[in-house]
Amino acid sequence: MNDFSNHMMTQVMVRDVWKSFDGGRIEVLKGVSLEVGQGEVVALCGTSGCGKSTLLNVISGLEEVDRGMVRVAGRDVVEESTRVDLLRRHIGYVFQLHHLMPDLTLAENCLVPIIAAGGHRQEGLARLHELAEATCVTHRLGQRVRELSGGERQRGALVRSLMNDPELLLCDEPTGALDERNRETVFELLLNLVRSRGRTMIMATHDLGLAGRCDRRVRMRDGTIEGEMN
Amino acid sequence: MTLWRMILTNLRRHRVRTAIGATGIALGVATMLSVVGLLGGAVKMFEQILRNDSQMVVFEKNVSDLFFSNVPVGLAAELEAQPCVKTAQPVLFAVIASPGRSIITCFGIQASDGRLRRGKWLQGGVAGFKDDAVVLGERAAGFLNAKAGGTISLGQGTYGVAGVVRMENGFENGGVFMPLPACQKAFHKDGLCSVITVAIADGHHLSEVRDWIDTNRERFSAMDNDEFSRSYAQFQIIKVTAWVVGGCAFLLGGLSVTNTMILSVFGRIKELAIARVCGFSRGQVARMIFGESLLICAIGTLSGWALSWAVLYGLRAVPQFQGYIEPSLGWAEVASATGLSALTALLGAMYPAWYAARLNPAQALRFE
Repeated sequence: MNDFSNHMMTQVMVRDVWKSFDGGRIEVLKGVSLEVGQGEVVALCGTSGCGKSTLLNVISGLEEVDRGMVRVAGRDVVEESTRVDLLRRHIGYVFQLHHLMPDLTLAENCLVPIIAAGGHRQEGLARLHELAEATCVTHRLGQRVRELSGGERQRGALVRSLMNDPELLLCDEPTGALDERNRETVFELLLNLVRSRGRTMIMATHDLGLAGRCDRRVRMRDGTIEGEMN
Repeated sequence: MTLWRMILTNLRRHRVRTAIGATGIALGVATMLSVVGLLGGAVKMFEQILRNDSQMVVFEKNVSDLFFSNVPVGLAAELEAQPCVKTAQPVLFAVIASPGRSIITCFGIQASDGRLRRGKWLQGGVAGFKDDAVVLGERAAGFLNAKAGGTISLGQGTYGVAGVVRMENGFENGGVFMPLPACQKAFHKDGLCSVITVAIADGHHLSEVRDWIDTNRERFSAMDNDEFSRSYAQFQIIKVTAWVVGGCAFLLGGLSVTNTMILSVFGRIKELAIARVCGFSRGQVARMIFGESLLICAIGTLSGWALSWAVLYGLRAVPQFQGYIEPSLGWAEVASATGLSALTALLGAMYPAWYAARLNPAQALRFE
């Protein structure tokens, strides 16, 4: 566990959360509770379909819960306005696939969160260059996404997720679509960026090797949290 | 990068789809402006025929068409006897046929009528305009292949040609001017005319004529020209028809925009979801869709203006239509078409914007 988590407040609180799909026929989360302190880096581990991605989605407010409570930075993720505000200023999201817009340049893609938040263009550009330098994609900023390699795209997605300097980074298999070399590079970058800024990260992953480098490893199974892994 | 840049990028990457949407609106605008312009021009030309240096028109009450109005010619003399009337000219409107030409507008008028003074005489002169001698508009002389001094066959009779005159008004230029008694005889309307056009004497007011007619000739109605234009059923029907036809064209244009925007939304559901993940509110997503639709309609409107201008002035340049087409488009019509276009953009984007704004980002990201 890093230094931040010892004395910082709770960043994410999930209490007895239930979530089902298809009119209640498919129960994905069954009374999940989780608490993550500020500055913690937590890995959610478990097999496919155990509910890792859904848990990240309810934390970010992308999915509404059936019952239970989700609180991020002390705010209940219930109202649409709260969700939008959290996604604009407090939460960054990285997916297994980069999900960049193919016809925009990498720089334009990265500026989408700035547009959403109504941020200042110059400040946005300054931040973009800072992050691009940290992730080694500065030379690719003017290129369209379809011209980038897989690793560059995922690094671009990482830059986009950090543009509004979020307190909480949610990562859903962020390296799952990359080859071994790129997986290591991107994860290292991710970890460095998060730790150096004292940010909180919750990462869903199959990769126990990557999970082992996180502060905590939470094992999920069949929609429930089984416990912490050593 | 701004929201508008994203909008432009979205439109640019699907150029064909954008062009189809814009074309739908362009055709709607062009159809509306062309139809309104053409029919408005026709109404204006008919109004000019009625005005004829006068301020008022007297006609039979409760007739659906001036061709069916029967006013005694003697009323013109009675009106001219009033101090408030400067001149009162009876006009008999009719439609006549000749071999090879089934419809020719016919004006039964007196030799003193202002129309013959206003026209440019190309052949003959007003002195010959009497008995069974007619004056032809320049175009009518052309298609009837007639010259001053010759004869032509009209309806059941044969008439001499007293002259050929060039008129500015297309209907008059393609029409036949017949001495009023000959016209009455040809159409079995002895002693009758369709309307009397009244010019007011200096220092007098239109209401004096109206009051005199209301008091002394209750079967007839006197209206100033503008009032007549507004209330005449035929003009109203023509104007309403023009707007309805144009409106239908807009409806099709609107469907085209809706279709374009639906395809646009369905084609990038994941992108919209990512925009939501990046913090776009539902309102911002909807604004982006409405912005795209408005931009498509703006392109369509500009193209529609150009297209309607080309249609109207192209038709006017066609020799067969010369004189019959006098496009009449004012700022009000152009502004109305533009306003309708903007309304179409908003209505057309309503469902796609609603759909895009209501997307569940998490589900949309799973969408294949």
